[in-house]
Amino acid sequence: MLCVAVPYVATKPTGDIPVTETFYEVLRRQGITRRSFLKFCSLTATSLGLGSAAAPRIAHALETKARTPVIWLHGLECTCCSESFIRSAHPLTKDVVLSMLSLDYDDTLMAAAGHQAEAIIEEVKKKYKGNYIVAVEGNPPLNEDGMFCIHGGRPFVEVLKETCADAKAIISWGACASYGCVQAAKPNPTRATPVHKVITGKPIINVPGCPPIAEVMTGVVTYMLTFDRIPELDRQGRPKMFYGQRIHDKCYRRGHFDAGQFAEAWDDEGSRKGHCLYKMGCKGPTTYNACSSMRWNGGVSWPVQSGHGCIGCSEEGFWDKGSFYDRVTDIKQFGVEANADTIGKAAAGTVGAAIAAHAAVSALARARNSTSHGQPEKEGEK
Amino acid sequence: MAAYETQGFKLDNSGKRVVVDPVCRIEGHLRVEVNLDDKNVIRNAVSTGTMWRGLEVILKGRDPRDAWAFTERICGVCTGTHALTSVRAVEDALNIKIPENANSIRNIMQLNLQVHDHLVHFYHLHALDWVDVVSALKADPKATSALAQSISSWPLSSPGYFRDIQNRLKKFVESGQLGPFMNGYWGNPAYKLPPEANLMAVAHYLEALDFQKEIVKVHTIFGGKNPHPNWLVGGVPCAINMEGTGAVGAVNMERLNLVKSIIDRSIEFTEQVYIPDLIAIAKFYKGWLHGGGLSSKNVMSYGDIPDKANDYSAGNLLLPRGAIINGDLSKVHEIDLKDPEQIQEYVNHSWYKYPDESKGLHPFDGVTEPSFVLGPNTKGTKTNIKELDEGGKYSWIKAPRWRGHAMEVGPLARYIIGYAQGNKEFKDPVDALLKELDVPVTALFSTLGRTAARGLECQWAAHKMSYFFDKLMTNLKAGDLNTANIEKWEPSTWPKEAMGAGFTEAPRGALGHWIKIKDTKIDNYQCVVPTTWNGGPRDHKGQIGAFEAALMDTPVAKADEPLEILRTLHSFDPCLACSTHVMSPDGQEMTSVKVR
Repeated sequence: MLCVAVPYVATKPTGDIPVTETFYEVLRRQGITRRSFLKFCSLTATSLGLGSAAAPRIAHALETKARTPVIWLHGLECTCCSESFIRSAHPLTKDVVLSMLSLDYDDTLMAAAGHQAEAIIEEVKKKYKGNYIVAVEGNPPLNEDGMFCIHGGRPFVEVLKETCADAKAIISWGACASYGCVQAAKPNPTRATPVHKVITGKPIINVPGCPPIAEVMTGVVTYMLTFDRIPELDRQGRPKMFYGQRIHDKCYRRGHFDAGQFAEAWDDEGSRKGHCLYKMGCKGPTTYNACSSMRWNGGVSWPVQSGHGCIGCSEEGFWDKGSFYDRVTDIKQFGVEANADTIGKAAAGTVGAAIAAHAAVSALARARNSTSHGQPEKEGEK
Repeated sequence: MAAYETQGFKLDNSGKRVVVDPVCRIEGHLRVEVNLDDKNVIRNAVSTGTMWRGLEVILKGRDPRDAWAFTERICGVCTGTHALTSVRAVEDALNIKIPENANSIRNIMQLNLQVHDHLVHFYHLHALDWVDVVSALKADPKATSALAQSISSWPLSSPGYFRDIQNRLKKFVESGQLGPFMNGYWGNPAYKLPPEANLMAVAHYLEALDFQKEIVKVHTIFGGKNPHPNWLVGGVPCAINMEGTGAVGAVNMERLNLVKSIIDRSIEFTEQVYIPDLIAIAKFYKGWLHGGGLSSKNVMSYGDIPDKANDYSAGNLLLPRGAIINGDLSKVHEIDLKDPEQIQEYVNHSWYKYPDESKGLHPFDGVTEPSFVLGPNTKGTKTNIKELDEGGKYSWIKAPRWRGHAMEVGPLARYIIGYAQGNKEFKDPVDALLKELDVPVTALFSTLGRTAARGLECQWAAHKMSYFFDKLMTNLKAGDLNTANIEKWEPSTWPKEAMGAGFTEAPRGALGHWIKIKDTKIDNYQCVVPTTWNGGPRDHKGQIGAFEAALMDTPVAKADEPLEILRTLHSFDPCLACSTHVMSPDGQEMTSVKVR
């Protein structure tokens, strides 16, 4: 359907693209006809419960409205989220930045510095009160009165609170902003704190991962700009469309898991044949992310495809769950239809068997079906 | 502070104080304060790292095989270089030898980072210090095309192409929503390029933004993702399978072809776009040779890119290793990361406490106790600082010294050392560039020299990727498919105690990790990183750091527009997330870090 396809249509190479475009112009450039555009507007009107009479107003707004200002703040972080963002293949980062939104403040990319930079935050807050998005990379430390992260001579946490006060919505980029990430790993010496624990009363979208996949980042942004609303979130505040399913359930090596074929050591026969990395510590069975479906860097590969197990970087507290090479043993087994919410609910109850049992059951099922892929694995022994 | 002299600079903080916070277009959080005399010349400079994350505190007690993942998250811009340094430190401690293929793949990944990082730095973090975006609106597209075609055979160079870019830029500016270009220093007299050169640079800013995402796919192939690819103690995690069943699940011919095509395109873009742009811009700025700082005095490089696996001696490293002090290029000193007398860190002006601050401490013996105390002459309050007091503590960065000297590290340091050693791979391109620009060799010791060295190194690294790709293929043809040595993978095979050091040359300069392992866990971990060397504060003797030195004596065109300050700081490619975290002493840090 049109409204879903829009953000993901690859843009043409540079050359004839006007830089400043309204939303309508972006759609037209991406091959959307005026007729389809108007249909999109009436669908949007209906889905928002406004009735078809509102469609012309929406069309007018999309044809003429200014690009949404974005203030991108940096707390304690490593800038991997910014780096990932600029890797986006569809849409291209330059189209996002120059045509879809107005990246008015981002310390990593902006021309200005010092007081000229700080003046922009004030200006956006005043001019676009309630209509700008704050994207946060990193998180505020609360120890030492917040001075483990200083911004303009003041604690970052203060700048964050002030900037978010008049925002329409907040995007928490990456594991840092969503959960705390590496600086919040035990003993969290600076008391690095996720954004949603210091900002209240605003819609906050968590986009975890270290970093998140580039096209997930631009996908979330373009969704918000396209539909003028935040995406449907799970109980951890993550967009369901990208974080609804486990790596394990969409992994192309899942067949080897079910068949009991595992890599047992680095660079062994199983590794070279692309067998399942579960025994090497892969956290795919407990990680909700889009890596195994969307893959990374324009779909070139992803961790499991390149031979290293998933380290679970989009899960809360993944730094403190033992070694990345420890085998996952304590996670419940669910079907592909389960998402993080249902797992969470069920885990609180009595449903579920250990993942090791899941592996054993899979292997037994394989044995019962008399397929011939070598010895069935005895899970949980090693 | 009374006026005083150090390292050949006269420091005087009596003039007008200018504060720049935040310094943007860098990684992390940096603040800079300078004093200008009545002619707007910088007579005092104060560099402040304004973040602390405490990663080494967090590493204590963890599995050493996991350390690469933690330390990789020190920086997502120079992603991978900390991870490589970390696995080298662990391998050094446990005496693990890696296969040749792993060495080639690691080198390709590290060189790939150099190429990506340098390119993105030049176009997206640094270019706006030289390029006036708004001036590009005045350019004649035909003349721009003529300029572009006179310096390069890059095909995107027609008048129509530049006209389209200019029209897009015009509409963008006229929209009134300038996005990242808002409040820039457009029209500042320190911008020297004609409109046509500005327009060409804007076009390449956008092209480089598109292209950089292609370069990193080499990391994705071998490490699964970028930023933050995966690494492995003992080798690399990507198995190779050239022809057997399941080859599609491993590194195979198709994957290697993709690597090769990216390497070729990287060479092409660097040689047809980056280097010609660099030369074109340098020609207009060769009269502006400020910002040399320590580069003509003290420079250091640990060296990197081992030709053969497991040999980290200077003779086997393709990036030069050594230290030059007091400007004596005739003598390149040996460096030993484990010698307690060589690398030491001071905290007299850093927000940490030592029991005895008159002495520096070697990384193996370091102490970290955060102590956020401001000097008595600070203006403002503890949580609303207007002006810092550099007489007291003023940075979250420690001050590392090599045999007591403040050192500059980075591409310029590497090229100066390579040049001093008479290494043709570094000397010849430098001489050719100097000749092209018609400037003496002393022109190297400048902001522009730093920026030029980075470009030359990008080109060097792109070609060296090709060299290691060929080496990898030769080895595969000889039948060696090994990528990992697992003899000591199991912690039960390790000694009760071990210690080691690993190093790389990160894009920004010399990077070292020091590890102590006890009972199979990390007992102690420390990183001393490039921006600690470059961005560190004063030490016990009042010696200034490389950022501070480079800002000294630079004239500023407009006191309220820090264009020249940004230009010189950016020439170092500052990385503050890297620099502002420190080590844990044996057992002390857990109690010294207040957790409220």
